[in-house]
Amino acid sequence: MPQMNMVQAINDALRLEMARDPRVVIMGEDVGKVGGVFRVTAGLFDEFGDERVIDTPLSEGGIIGAAVGMALYGMVPIPEIQFSDFIFPAYDQIVSELAKYRYRSGGEYPCNMVIRTPVGGGIRGGHYHSQHPESLFIHVAGLKVVCPSNPHDAKGLLLASIRDPDPVLFFEPKRIYRAAKGDVPEGDYTVPLGSAAVTREGRHVTVLAYGAMLYECLDAAAKAAEQGVEAEVIDLRTLWPVDIDTIIASVKKTGRLVVVHEAPKTGGFAGELISLVCEKAFYHLEAPPARVTGFDTPFPYTLEMEYLPLSHRILPALLNTAKA
Amino acid sequence: MIAAAVTRTEEAPNDTIVRVLREDGSLDPAHDPKLEIDEVVHLYRHMVETRIIDERLVTLQRQGRIGFHIGSLGEEAAIIGSAFAMRQQDWLFPCYREFGAALLRGFKLQRFIDNMFGNANDPVKGRQMPDHYTCKEAHWGSISSPIGTQMTQAVGFAWGAKIEKKALATLVYFGDGSTSSSEFHNAMNFAGVFKTPSIFFCRNNGWAISVPVERQTASRTFAEKGVAYGVPGVRVDGNDLFAVIAVTRDAIRRCEAGEGPTLIEALTYRMGGHSTSDDPNRYRAADEVKPWVDRDPIERIRRYLERNKAWDDNLEEALREDVDKRFREAVTAAESTEPPSLASMFEDVYKKMPWHLEEQRDELLAGPRAPKAH
Repeated sequence: MPQMNMVQAINDALRLEMARDPRVVIMGEDVGKVGGVFRVTAGLFDEFGDERVIDTPLSEGGIIGAAVGMALYGMVPIPEIQFSDFIFPAYDQIVSELAKYRYRSGGEYPCNMVIRTPVGGGIRGGHYHSQHPESLFIHVAGLKVVCPSNPHDAKGLLLASIRDPDPVLFFEPKRIYRAAKGDVPEGDYTVPLGSAAVTREGRHVTVLAYGAMLYECLDAAAKAAEQGVEAEVIDLRTLWPVDIDTIIASVKKTGRLVVVHEAPKTGGFAGELISLVCEKAFYHLEAPPARVTGFDTPFPYTLEMEYLPLSHRILPALLNTAKA
Repeated sequence: MIAAAVTRTEEAPNDTIVRVLREDGSLDPAHDPKLEIDEVVHLYRHMVETRIIDERLVTLQRQGRIGFHIGSLGEEAAIIGSAFAMRQQDWLFPCYREFGAALLRGFKLQRFIDNMFGNANDPVKGRQMPDHYTCKEAHWGSISSPIGTQMTQAVGFAWGAKIEKKALATLVYFGDGSTSSSEFHNAMNFAGVFKTPSIFFCRNNGWAISVPVERQTASRTFAEKGVAYGVPGVRVDGNDLFAVIAVTRDAIRRCEAGEGPTLIEALTYRMGGHSTSDDPNRYRAADEVKPWVDRDPIERIRRYLERNKAWDDNLEEALREDVDKRFREAVTAAESTEPPSLASMFEDVYKKMPWHLEEQRDELLAGPRAPKAH
């Protein structure tokens, strides 16, 4: 089985699906000849031509609006937003149009498309290249939100997302684009949307994470184990609709919960996950749930490693929660 | 061909307004779309039907029987003429004021009235306010309240067809206010760059709620905005059915020839308020409306038909009785139709209902119920 990094795995999924389904079109800024600023679409322009791998004018609102129209026509567009920080000019098209079209048309018009966008910090990108805005989209009825943490899942989740009849926002954690490597099966396979993965089993505390922060959680869990605390680390993979059964089963086993994400704390996804656990398993909790997150500031440049919830901040949360 | 009136990018902006129907009821042969008299009667009937339905819906809103209506009083020629010019395979992306075009394209009156009442037969299942319907059979998009969002979508739809080498065009309706939105820029730019088979149909009706055209643009015309995007623009008398059909057909020919998009500025006038929630007397002088009453598009076509011995008072009375009867029957049926089911609120958010919506549906179904008179 070949080894790939995230970039290669996502590229492999795109190539596979473009060859399989002639309706699939890639569009965005620099996705063509350059192959994307992170080279995720490298080679596809040469292979599939400029009508299927389309360099567009520099306008996120235009890209997503036109992609919605293509999807209504019956194609399967995969627009790329170069950095998720740049997605906001397209926010209205995503929230009011893409996410609502099926519902507001009484089910007549599905919008089958995937918005791919690099996300997250730790690459010295500063405020406008580092944000993790998933909670702004999880809150939107009609969207599905995905964030893989490894090449195997990235390929399988992307193929599942492209084939999903609903619009999917596919966040690619760019900090691990090349750092995360692993075995990736050749050919076709999918990782079902809405299924989390128990990445490390444990009995003392449940840790929920996704994307690049999963590795920080695994690091913290390994260090906690040295102190006798066995953390169960769950990679959510699909953020919404989240795999609630896996989360609740784990919390019922451990009785304790820590949620980790890069995005700011207030109004973040961690709050929602903790609420869900409280609604469904409150009497199984033996300690207050904890959140380890980014701060409620804009994303900083120089101090980004202090901003991110890295393992040195996760470890005390695990230990404190486990012992509370 | 109306090409002479089209503002091509290499030419100086052209203020010419295409007109076909003269004051005396004769047609300018230079731009005459050469309609059969039966076709004109057909379109006149639709224009009258649109006007009557508009008036009746306002009354229903005033009676508190429907919540809202956004009409097309005075804009019937622009709406019916442009929709008539589009071919069967073409798609229309509506703004929100074009129900007459939808009915012309085959949207059933009963379904439209069901939408006004948001009942169980409403094509959008009571999920949007009145006048926000959809009709796939009529090749009709879905209506969004935010301004201009349909423009890039219409471009994308046409672009998809172009990539798949299917011969169809899209026409997108929008008002003069929409040209101030970023969506207008995005759509025109994308359409220009990719030469999509798109027709931008701007109903310059003078007002965006209470804000006049002078507050939407410092351009002399809306048509000349196309110049910046490499998109030819044409100005047409939007109260002239024949002229609207002629310029729209010309734009379709450009699409067919692979020449890309056209921007049409239809000069018309919103004779009523923005919607039933609006009182234009607060911001608009009454004497501003008078000249437009004299240019009423329906009266102009009636004069044409009478001049050609194709219409008379008896036909008019029969038409009005027929529309009135069909409208009253549709309202009676719509009012006696149940609201959408409670469970339907949770359907179509996704193709397959996820666990959290199943939970919330069951919670709602378990009660308690909202009070009836809310």
